[in-house]
Amino acid sequence: MTRKLLLAATAALAPMAFLAAPAAAQTVAITNARLVIGDGGQPVEGGTVVIRDGKVVAAGTGVAVPAGIRVIDAGGKWVSPGIFAGFTRLGIVEVDGVDQTNDTGPGNVGFHAAIDVAPAVNPKSSPIAINRAEGITRAVVAPDNSGSIFAGQGAIIDLGADMDAVSKPRAFQFMEWGESGARAAGGSRPAAYAALRNVLFEVRDYIRAPGSYVDRGKDAFLTRADAEALVPVVQGRMPLLVHVERASDMLVLLQLRKEMPGLKLVFVGATEGWTVAPQIAAAGVPVIATALNDLPESFEQLAASQSNIGRMAAAGVVVAIGTINQDEARQARWEKQYAGNLVALTRVPGATGLDWGAAFAAISSRPAEALGLGGEFGSLKPGRRGDVVIWDGDPLEIGTSAVNVFIDGVEQPLENRWTRLRQRYLDPKDGALPKAYQR
Amino acid sequence: MIRTLIIFGALAGLAACDSGGTRAQSAASDPAPAASGPGKGKGYSHDPFPSTYRAYPGAPTLLTNVTVLDGEGGRIDRGQVLFRDGKIVAVGQNLDAAGATVIDGQGKYVTPGVIDIHSHLGDYPSPGVQANSDGNEMTGPVTAEVWAEHSVWPQDPGFGRALANGGVTTLQILPGSANLMGGRSVVVKNVYARTMQGMKFPGAPYGLKMACGENPKRVYGSKGRMPSTRMGNVAVDRQTWARAVEYKRRWDKYEEKGGEAPGRDLAMDTLRGVLEGEILVQNHCYRADEMAVVMDMAKEFGYHVSAFHHAVEAYKIADLLKANNTCAAVWADWYGFKMEAYDAVPENLAILDKEGACAMIHSDDANGIQRLNQEVAKARASGIKAGMHISEEHAWTWLAINPARALGIADKTGSLKPGKMADVVLWNGNPFSVYTRPEMVWVDGALLYDAKDPKRRPVSDFELGQPGEGDVK
Repeated sequence: MTRKLLLAATAALAPMAFLAAPAAAQTVAITNARLVIGDGGQPVEGGTVVIRDGKVVAAGTGVAVPAGIRVIDAGGKWVSPGIFAGFTRLGIVEVDGVDQTNDTGPGNVGFHAAIDVAPAVNPKSSPIAINRAEGITRAVVAPDNSGSIFAGQGAIIDLGADMDAVSKPRAFQFMEWGESGARAAGGSRPAAYAALRNVLFEVRDYIRAPGSYVDRGKDAFLTRADAEALVPVVQGRMPLLVHVERASDMLVLLQLRKEMPGLKLVFVGATEGWTVAPQIAAAGVPVIATALNDLPESFEQLAASQSNIGRMAAAGVVVAIGTINQDEARQARWEKQYAGNLVALTRVPGATGLDWGAAFAAISSRPAEALGLGGEFGSLKPGRRGDVVIWDGDPLEIGTSAVNVFIDGVEQPLENRWTRLRQRYLDPKDGALPKAYQR
Repeated sequence: MIRTLIIFGALAGLAACDSGGTRAQSAASDPAPAASGPGKGKGYSHDPFPSTYRAYPGAPTLLTNVTVLDGEGGRIDRGQVLFRDGKIVAVGQNLDAAGATVIDGQGKYVTPGVIDIHSHLGDYPSPGVQANSDGNEMTGPVTAEVWAEHSVWPQDPGFGRALANGGVTTLQILPGSANLMGGRSVVVKNVYARTMQGMKFPGAPYGLKMACGENPKRVYGSKGRMPSTRMGNVAVDRQTWARAVEYKRRWDKYEEKGGEAPGRDLAMDTLRGVLEGEILVQNHCYRADEMAVVMDMAKEFGYHVSAFHHAVEAYKIADLLKANNTCAAVWADWYGFKMEAYDAVPENLAILDKEGACAMIHSDDANGIQRLNQEVAKARASGIKAGMHISEEHAWTWLAINPARALGIADKTGSLKPGKMADVVLWNGNPFSVYTRPEMVWVDGALLYDAKDPKRRPVSDFELGQPGEGDVK
């Protein structure tokens, strides 16, 4: 009891900024902005954004500011939608190397497609706070696979400083294909292919007669729970995100979809996508690509090039940036730098990059669109969630900081472990008392 | 056959010098037995795999109308850089450049080539398949006898990417960090060759890769052997250094006074080299408290840590590092992937620098090495946001003269000073911007990358005949 009281007293003395809960959703207008809508267009000067009840009401030039609401004069600063991180494991890992804090994989439970990351999302995990401070406001959060090509159901989260992080649970199913899929399926691509077809047709059986579907437990190719989880995938109500790198593996999936026309495929990674970009575009399959892979890191990435995204976009593919297998539990913040690098390619002879507007869209509206959620997230078009960031410079340039971050119209605290440690150690030498007393 | 005979011949000659030579000399010159040995440092070869690197020919070149960051903190706006015969001739304005190719770089920057002090290109090459995984001799916590150069595959496609996208002209390739003493590093010029020796930086000292913290204790603890704790790490280190001191004493005595040659121990050769100051300690270490322990251990046995690598908590002991004259090679903003990386801050490099410690950027990554200029830009921006003044020309020391010093090659490269190697990058804009890329890269005055010329773009053997061969990458 005494201990509890003491702790409570200590907490009360802690810096308010660090513990402060965010305020309620505000009605707010941000004026005089160098405004980025996030739909692929270029920034415009003198723009205004109005947010009401957590949503964007209007954004553009010549937008009237309703009377009596909070007005923030951006003073010509950049204002954009928050970054929508295309593929992450934010919020389900605190320290990758500490197993108890790593909820990415299913372990040995025997469930795969049924796995749902939503209950694992911890809004207080430090990567969420660190990325929030850098203008990342939403993220695709995917589980990792083990023992099956199916990893489970991923979520869309917000990075707000409240306990309600999951914007959309079970937003998609995630599947490993290519080398990693082959490994999970027993060791070869044909094994993975057989497993996938078997599962999809078993799910069709399940749909016809759920009551008579026999769960054969761990010995089965498909548990009842996994079958149930895949119903919306087979029926085309839930996107199937597939990690695939090699060109031929992508074409196999496009071919398979002819048998399963309902599948809403989204490719993730897609290092060799540029070599089959016309086919991907014709199939209408969006891609959440790794931006700067240019090494033949594996035999399924031999054609790796930083021009991959630019070339796919030029062929008409909807392409977003994601960070699969790139410190995706914590470095979604790097997506801004990646997008900037794609702009840099426009000045390299022979390379194909993205213009600035398209590059920004690749980390805002395009990932939302790839998930079928472009009407709700990712841009400042009316009706979208009020995720807005005021920046002190070009958001794709190195060194630019987020000055104000709004999520669902709520202005967010930007303190985190980084800012606390920096404050303590800006002068590393000991003071009158040990560092442990310095806050 | 002839080649084989020549190699055997050379070996036979060495053997004669090592033992027979000593005896003959003593017998001839001095009636007292064993009065002199082969001489200091001559008991065995210190360079059995000598560099065969040769600079490629280059045209005398004047880069003009550029912003010059000289790598030692100097800056010249609308400046010029002149190099000829592989060497920097002059940096300034209005240089006499008769006969030189003139390249007008209006709006562009010129810097010394980027130096990465921490790379695993070649020993963990692409493709990263098990058959190519040659960076960690994970069979014992002390493998000071292994040399990274014997794992380096000179066809790693990563070398070409680091050159073309990163402007990297020199890199240190290290063994991994599974072991307390992981073996020797090798410094190479970033120029493709058929052999490792053909890339080896002439005259660069070797490094000894050491590691503290989680990796050694995890790897060996999980095998049920020592070390399984941090205290175990230090105990094994100290026991090994105690042996090395004894080994050095015996070899010193033999080399000076002769007598029977002590038994060779390749691991101890390396540690003796460290104790002699001939081999530089490159120490993987994350936590501040552990770095402090390592620096005391170094004093106990009489060696010096050249640089701590990764050093995510170096900022906490910037003053201590400065006092020990030990550098820190860090990332801009990696954090949290394991427990000992939990307290990383993006101001690490800037705080170290502000406190007067020797600090630099490093990659440890085949992708990161392609953007070290951006990593420096991030570290600088973090420092500026924290209230520090850090000029562009000063920040460029973090990937130029500072790593050159920590590698012991600052007299040869790492800045645009007359007489140094003409390792030069022309950037197509300000290299602190995300929108900037190398436009031309010279190594020892030879043009080895030109963004405008597909023929000046290296393609490793591995990529020939593969999808994307010769692409911009």
